[in-house]
Amino acid sequence: MSRLKFSFLLFLILLWGSESTAEEEKEANEEFTEALLLRPLPDRKVLAHFHFQSSAPPTQTYGRHHYIFPKSIYQLVHKFHIREMELSFTQGRWNYERWGGFDPISSSNAKPPGVELWADFDVPQNQVDDSWKNLTHALSGLFCASINFLEHSTSYSATQWSFQSSSSGKLRYGTLPREAVCTENLTPWLKLLPCRDKAGLSSLMDRPSIYRGYYHSQRLHLKSDEFDTSKISSSGIVLEQTLTVVLQPNTFSGKKLQPSWSLSSLFGRKVTGKCSLSNSSNVYVQFQQNLVSEENESREKSEAQKNEILIHEGSHNNPLFALSHPPKRVIKEVENFQKEGSILYEYSVEDYDEYGPFELGLRWKVPVIWSCQQAPLHASRFLLGSGNERGAIAISMKSTRSNDIEIAGLDDEKACSLRVGIFQVVPWYVKVYYHTLEVFLDGESQATMDNIEKIHVSPSEDKVSPGVMEIVLRLPCSVKTAALTLEFDKGFLHIDEYPPDANQGFDIPSAVVHFADFVANMSFEDNLSKEIPILSKLQEKIPVRSYTEVLLVPLTTPDFSMPYNVITMTCTIFALYFGSLLNALRRRRGEEERLLKGKGAEKGPLSLLLSRLSAKLRGKQWEPPKPSSSSSKKSSVNYKLVAKVVLVAGIAIVWQFYYQ
Amino acid sequence: MEEKTKAGSKRTKLGFWKWAIASIVLRLILSYFSKYLNLSSRPEVSTPLTSLRRLAEGYWLKQLSISPYSGSMYHGSPLLLSILGPLTAKKIEGHASHLLCSLVSVIADFISAILIRATGHILVTAHGHSLKALGLDKLFKDTEILPSGDIAALVYLWNPFTIISCIGFNTSPIENLFVILSLYGASAGLVPLAAFGWVIASHLSLYPLVLVIPVIFLLGYGLDAPPRKLFVQSNLLVGEERSKDQVGVKNKPIKTTNFAWRRVVLFFFWATIWITYVLILCAISMKDYGGLAEMFKRTYGFTLTVKDLSPNIGVLWYFFAEVFDFFRNFFVIVFHVNILFMILPLAIRLNHRPCFLVFVYLAISSMLKSYPSVGDSALYLSLLVLFVNELSEMKLSFFLFCGYVGVSLLSPVMHNLWIWRGTGNANFYFATAMAYASFQIILVVESVSAMLNYDRKIRKLCTTPL
Repeated sequence: MSRLKFSFLLFLILLWGSESTAEEEKEANEEFTEALLLRPLPDRKVLAHFHFQSSAPPTQTYGRHHYIFPKSIYQLVHKFHIREMELSFTQGRWNYERWGGFDPISSSNAKPPGVELWADFDVPQNQVDDSWKNLTHALSGLFCASINFLEHSTSYSATQWSFQSSSSGKLRYGTLPREAVCTENLTPWLKLLPCRDKAGLSSLMDRPSIYRGYYHSQRLHLKSDEFDTSKISSSGIVLEQTLTVVLQPNTFSGKKLQPSWSLSSLFGRKVTGKCSLSNSSNVYVQFQQNLVSEENESREKSEAQKNEILIHEGSHNNPLFALSHPPKRVIKEVENFQKEGSILYEYSVEDYDEYGPFELGLRWKVPVIWSCQQAPLHASRFLLGSGNERGAIAISMKSTRSNDIEIAGLDDEKACSLRVGIFQVVPWYVKVYYHTLEVFLDGESQATMDNIEKIHVSPSEDKVSPGVMEIVLRLPCSVKTAALTLEFDKGFLHIDEYPPDANQGFDIPSAVVHFADFVANMSFEDNLSKEIPILSKLQEKIPVRSYTEVLLVPLTTPDFSMPYNVITMTCTIFALYFGSLLNALRRRRGEEERLLKGKGAEKGPLSLLLSRLSAKLRGKQWEPPKPSSSSSKKSSVNYKLVAKVVLVAGIAIVWQFYYQ
Repeated sequence: MEEKTKAGSKRTKLGFWKWAIASIVLRLILSYFSKYLNLSSRPEVSTPLTSLRRLAEGYWLKQLSISPYSGSMYHGSPLLLSILGPLTAKKIEGHASHLLCSLVSVIADFISAILIRATGHILVTAHGHSLKALGLDKLFKDTEILPSGDIAALVYLWNPFTIISCIGFNTSPIENLFVILSLYGASAGLVPLAAFGWVIASHLSLYPLVLVIPVIFLLGYGLDAPPRKLFVQSNLLVGEERSKDQVGVKNKPIKTTNFAWRRVVLFFFWATIWITYVLILCAISMKDYGGLAEMFKRTYGFTLTVKDLSPNIGVLWYFFAEVFDFFRNFFVIVFHVNILFMILPLAIRLNHRPCFLVFVYLAISSMLKSYPSVGDSALYLSLLVLFVNELSEMKLSFFLFCGYVGVSLLSPVMHNLWIWRGTGNANFYFATAMAYASFQIILVVESVSAMLNYDRKIRKLCTTPL
């Protein structure tokens, strides 16, 4: 009876609870959106940027159970108290010169080769390292990658300014430049999506066509403010998954014309409708505004201008190119004093289904040449010196001012300066001499450190921690080239510390170059665009950031097959030292002579010859052995011998007796 | 060795000062061009402990108020850092100039040479006195007593090893200076100076710590002399036979047999004072960076555990690069105990020759040291020359001389082949290191047995009736 009562009560409570959640559902609910952004690139390639965002409302109001948000990520966040985390798997290198370095996609999605992971924790300072170690293991299992190699303190570091989070000292950063990225990493990443790759935009991800691309970067970005007690209303966990690929459309459209493409020619698949769980499912085609045809410029200048006007007007069918479908909406970027705006054509996948799949195509009508917007400086990094003993790391930055990028927020040209932040992690076996840091401006070495605004160095500790250098340079705007050099000695490792392919060399992870004064964002007029995550992401103000090349440092190797030989030979030398010195110390001339004589008397002609030979070798007069005359001495020796024997025997007897 | 000493004796006839100044001028000229010689990064010249480049890094870190020991770069004394650090940071005409540092090491070398010369003079007079006391001066009249101090000083100044380590931007000239200072102080009877030299030398490079035994013998028993037993015997003989002829000399040998406890106690008193002084200074300069414990860990700990495996002329780097990690601690202990094991037998056997004992200890430690450099061998080679008179019958000296020359020519070649060209192998370089170690062993063994033979000869001459 009581049980019935209780269950009834429970039912009531549940009913009430469900009603109350139903009320709140309007405010906060799990959301999932998918989007694909396509952008033709100047070098006949196409950038495809998939963007999936799922969000879970805060646990306090919503509870622990989710129907869209991946459970593993939710558990990860709660177990390790992650405030923000980013994990990227990249293959290939983003070509900053051709594909641009001054737009939101390149700033946030161009990643160094291999695996990059950084995480900001919300735990007490002394637990940060433990959380990091556990996190690497969890992610390693989750993504089938050797992220657990980031567990060792030699492979990760703490950064201060280089990643946007507040400098709480709880951010850890690590990279694995040599990690090979393949489908085994993509599959678990896709599993986090509610529709996997069965429906929606992710069904475009045909593995062969994606991995055939020139650049491939899958990224996972987590942000949660669940543990932030200062905020009253938290927005829960936001999981952002992006896949950025640069593909070459395989069409034969001649050399002059940009290749025309369609979704099926790029990916080999078609979109058959949206993922039914997603709130919105859009495809965008972006055209950058520097789309200026040089040929048109020379031949028909007036017409070219007309073309541009047409682009502004947003027609999907203009003299430059033709899109196969009319866009649902055209979003124009607000032109500001920094740069001209670009145009986004929006398509919604919702209207298409299996019988009429979405098949977007782009056809170029005239040859077009344009260039992408560049970051103010193009950074590259290389090694100086030869041999396996020492060398130098050089980071050179070339100005890209030809693009007429105005410096943000600075009117006076004289006081104008460019702030460049560099963040570099160097493994411990590359022993950097930080006092040799030299800054070159336009090829001239700067004697004073005036150009360094701030610097933070934490030198590497042998077998404990990597060397970290964070530096903010303040360069004059008129600078053409700037360079930074650091000398280093190459370390020598124990044979166990070399990887199996030791002669291949060791990687120095990419340096991060960021321009704090520049923000790469787009701003759209429409208020509507704020509701769509990809558009709000594009509008987010993030500093322009670029990664340099990974360096390969060859290190000297010892002979791996030698341990036994080395041990035995070295020990022989030590034995030689010990034995011969002790022998020299305890030898007595008298005894030696006696011994020699005694032996000479006893032995035959062979030993005589030998002794003569040895005497000759020693450069001494050889004395013929004489019969020993002193019998008294001999007897005394015998006495001593007898005494010794008796003593030893006595000790032995006592020993035996004592222990029995 | 023999060749060198002969050449040295010829030089002394030409005048010590002329040659000394010539060597200083040579050093100055070479240090002006040292940027092109690039000796500072040679493994033979600068070790992780003595490299001035690492010191500059430590100083730079300290200027940024980071611990100079953070970053496994600098492993020297904090005192050197505050003395030499500002010199490394001085820039002349834009680029860092090491001229000031080279000047310091040139001066250090010169002072060391002068001190060696003074020590040599003291030793030669003592040698003469002891022979006279034994009544053997007439026997040795036909063989002239060489001015070993002058020769040793010139050998020190003109030794290619010394010159290279002087212009190679490292601190070993300074470390050598303090060792020699301690030796000079002890042999001249200047107890505070001896204590000061010993404390600073041990503070800078740890291994001179074992020199406390010869220094005590020097202060307690006096200078190098034939075994004390002989003086007692010859005293008896002299007392019986020729008491009328020699009265003045008679008292001296009896005096030497007594151990001068007062001076030894005084030495320890002064050593304590200097140690506290040095430790207080270090504690002050390490106040913000972890204190003395951190200093001991980063300097002596680094020396004793052989953490840096970069190649040098010793044998330990390759051994510890190859040995299995499980046995590492065992072998670290074994190799260091090897130095300590030989201390006692040598001290017992050679207690009447403390200066020679200094040479033997230095040679052994420079051979078994974790990060040896040519500066160490430069020091013991010139100390060896101090005993030209006693060691004139040393065996294998020509062989050893050729061996040293051969190794010092082959070792850079092998290093170049391995590191720079990549055509060689680590084993090639290690082979030269092993050969070098063997030559050092032979040198030590042969010189010890030559010295013991010399003592035997004296004993024979004393005991056989004239």
